[in-house]
Amino acid sequence: MTFSYQSMLHLAIVLPLMAIPLIVAARNKPNLREAFSIITSILLLFLVIMLYQGVIEGKTISAHWVELVPGLGINFLIEPLGMLFALIASFLWLVTTVYAIGYMRNHGEQNQTRFYCFFAIAISGVMGVAFAADLFTLFIFYEVLTLSTYPLVTHAGTDKAKAGGRVYLGILLSTSIVFFLFAIISTWFVAGSLDFTVGGVFSASVDPVVASLILILFVFGIGKAAIMPFHRWLPAAMVAPTPVSALLHAVAVVKAGVFAIIKVCLLIFGLDLLAVLPSTQILLYLTGFTVIMASLIAMRQDNLKARLAYSTVSQLGYITMGALLATSAGVIGSSMHIAMHAFGKITLFFCAGAILVAAHKSKISEMHGLGWQMPITMTAFFIGSLSIIGVPPTGGTWSKWFLLMGTLDSAQWFLMAALMISSLLNIAYLLPIPFRAFVPRHKMPHDGFQIKEAPLPSLLALSLTALACLILFVYPQPLYELVTSILPTSEAAYGK
Amino acid sequence: MFLKRQPKLVWLFSLLATTITFVISVLLLQQVLSSGTIIYELGGWSPPWGIEYRIDQLNAYLLLIISTISTIVLVAAHTSIQKELDTHRQAYFYMLYLLSLAGMLGIVATADAFNVFVFLEISSLSAYALIALGKDRRALWASYQYLIMGTVGATFILIGIGLMYQMTGTLNMNDLASRLPEVAQTRTVFVAFAFTVVGICLKLALFPLHLWLPNAYAYAPSVVTAFFAATATKVAVYLLIRFTFSVFGLSFSFTTLPLQTLFLLLGLLGVFVASIAAIYQNNVKHIFAYSSVAQVGYMIVGLSVGTTLGLSATMIHLFNHALMKSALFLAMAAVMYRIGGMQLSQFNGLGKQMPLTMAAIVVGGLSLVGVPLTVGFISKWYLVLAVIENGWWHVALLILLGSLLAIVYLWKIVEVAYFRSPAHNSEPVKEAPLSILIPVWVLVFANLYFGIDTRLSVEVAQTAAQSLFGITP
Repeated sequence: MTFSYQSMLHLAIVLPLMAIPLIVAARNKPNLREAFSIITSILLLFLVIMLYQGVIEGKTISAHWVELVPGLGINFLIEPLGMLFALIASFLWLVTTVYAIGYMRNHGEQNQTRFYCFFAIAISGVMGVAFAADLFTLFIFYEVLTLSTYPLVTHAGTDKAKAGGRVYLGILLSTSIVFFLFAIISTWFVAGSLDFTVGGVFSASVDPVVASLILILFVFGIGKAAIMPFHRWLPAAMVAPTPVSALLHAVAVVKAGVFAIIKVCLLIFGLDLLAVLPSTQILLYLTGFTVIMASLIAMRQDNLKARLAYSTVSQLGYITMGALLATSAGVIGSSMHIAMHAFGKITLFFCAGAILVAAHKSKISEMHGLGWQMPITMTAFFIGSLSIIGVPPTGGTWSKWFLLMGTLDSAQWFLMAALMISSLLNIAYLLPIPFRAFVPRHKMPHDGFQIKEAPLPSLLALSLTALACLILFVYPQPLYELVTSILPTSEAAYGK
Repeated sequence: MFLKRQPKLVWLFSLLATTITFVISVLLLQQVLSSGTIIYELGGWSPPWGIEYRIDQLNAYLLLIISTISTIVLVAAHTSIQKELDTHRQAYFYMLYLLSLAGMLGIVATADAFNVFVFLEISSLSAYALIALGKDRRALWASYQYLIMGTVGATFILIGIGLMYQMTGTLNMNDLASRLPEVAQTRTVFVAFAFTVVGICLKLALFPLHLWLPNAYAYAPSVVTAFFAATATKVAVYLLIRFTFSVFGLSFSFTTLPLQTLFLLLGLLGVFVASIAAIYQNNVKHIFAYSSVAQVGYMIVGLSVGTTLGLSATMIHLFNHALMKSALFLAMAAVMYRIGGMQLSQFNGLGKQMPLTMAAIVVGGLSLVGVPLTVGFISKWYLVLAVIENGWWHVALLILLGSLLAIVYLWKIVEVAYFRSPAHNSEPVKEAPLSILIPVWVLVFANLYFGIDTRLSVEVAQTAAQSLFGITP
């Protein structure tokens, strides 16, 4: 290999940006333009997999860009959790690009060049978030991600899109500037360091009240984690074209949020400090509340995308809860849930988009018997739902298992109950959709449905992610190993 | 004067002059940084009798800001002025521009309190005339308002300086600094201080003395606005720093008199009142003019902290705000050149028609909000850090909340420009000419560059702040 790992790391962040001039140059040749997007995403996935090899071998891969303020700069360091996030995001970028080609063309969307450009910037932002070595770098790319996704959310340019975009940008920018930045500056001031350090940066003698307040600021400030009451942006962002909702609001943006929260809990506060802070308990209850409330709201949505959006809010609550539990099982559970939920939810969004393109339906009440018309899509939807609910044979089982273990370990009975209730609610709002779609044929009002599936690239993409949900059930080992190596002392005593 | 009929030659000549100033100020800064304060005695008379020119880090830093911005703005001036002024007035424009520039540079360079007043009048009088050149007839009224307020301010400063002279018998700033403490407890010195500070604050457009500014900025010719927004208030901030920190001394300004609380309060009020006012404006130049008032508020908050970190935050913001506002107002000049108006409704669909100009406005605006990787973020970072260092957590929160207001008024423009389609009956608008676009983007890149590589702005500001506090690095 002629490339060193370090230059691969540089490249992984810059590569999506390098594709932009090519995409713009080929703006009048859609085939060439999409080819550039796909080639870039394949290259990126390849790079990330190479880096993954490096991490497995136990190499320390880091890079240093510039120093903005003395002591603070843009630095990158790969650790297992970031690696996991980067792997998911780069793999799903490729899948989504394939899907988007089918979707955008069949849906006759305008401004597709702009769409692919900002998509690439957003992915570059995700890579930056994943590999950030300190909070400062993370914050910078977090903001890049917010701003670059705004044109994607408002892609349609209608009044509704504009209003949605306003809520989206308003909440994300205000929470990040008022709370997140404030928390970062306070951390810098109190602890004197923003580097992600195993065991946290705060000294043992830190004032618990101050640390509590900073923790609250972090949890609210990372608005992308969509903890109530700052969850409104997520449903608002559903005005975006479906590939955007799929990748960004099931994977990249929301996961950047919970990823940041896990990192803050684990590497800024440290589990030991986190466990004794008075505010942790309050925040845990808040996440429990978010989990249940969002599920309840999801039940009442008739628009499929809105239902999925609220389901995402609820699932993000799981991840934040797992991180705040401050036990190793909790952290393992929430890190694994990043992956499991990503695959499950992106499948569901892909299906929602496929239904919109092929059958022009967006309301759940209209999807009666749709399964006979789009069998592959609805089967994939079924698998995705199972994974979100967390039952075998899907990957979601494992992460739910560890999360429950986490609540048991720390004797949080209320939270355990919240998780159980929410799982029941998941069943109640997700499963009726495929069941109704596959209503027995003789009960259908009239016969003679033609099979009319989504465009081939889209179909390919959604089958792939549904398959991944199944594979992750049988083969979660690499994921589990990656996740356990995050913990300071690898307490691999759970489950397996 | 003889070139009155050939504005282009006048322009080239002016450009030459400002470029030379720029080169000189770069050299000056280098020399000051390497070998310390430079002193020049005018006419060979030694101070305190003669007028002394004194360049330390602070002065050199400001000279650099002013000369750089004025040079870049002047590059764009030729094209923009052609559209906005009659031919026979163009030569006068350049003369006034240079006069005003000379006045500002003089204020910064001199170490003589009375000389400050003289240069202040030179730059102000030419400023009134420059603003009155605006095509809109309201420019006359705006200029008149500014004339009244500005003259009141200048008179106050003169009274202040006169009283100081009466008490100490000297006009040299260094001399004043050493002699004032002896008489510090007299009422005359209090009055002198009050007059000087209020006078400067009028020039500074500190809330609630800002009323002249929005109209003056909005109706002046576009380049003039770009020039003043980036330099005039900066010079006033410099004067404030000079008088409160060097001449009167920190202990007098902040301990004997309640200036700290006053500045903090007015600064914060300024941020909020002006930002909210900006949200309700329909003229884009008005929006950014009010935003200038708000930004002055941030600088004053930084001053009020009264620590080295606070002072350097103010000075960093001085530099950064000059970059943001000159970029923004110069981009406005480009819009003005093509569509001839500044109403929000005229921006409909501009995102498509003038993509580069609008992109410049968006980047400049994001910088104003304080998004990372722009200069605005660096300013905000230091300001919040300085405030927290003092234990003012609530102020830190307010500062961050204030920047949210900036998002609101910026987004008003963005939504109009990118989501509305242009009016049907209007003619298609082309992208601005390169002669304006290039300077705009030079400034935009400076916004990004100095948001990433902060060595120049931060280090010079910090050494200047330290030297004002008497700490030798």
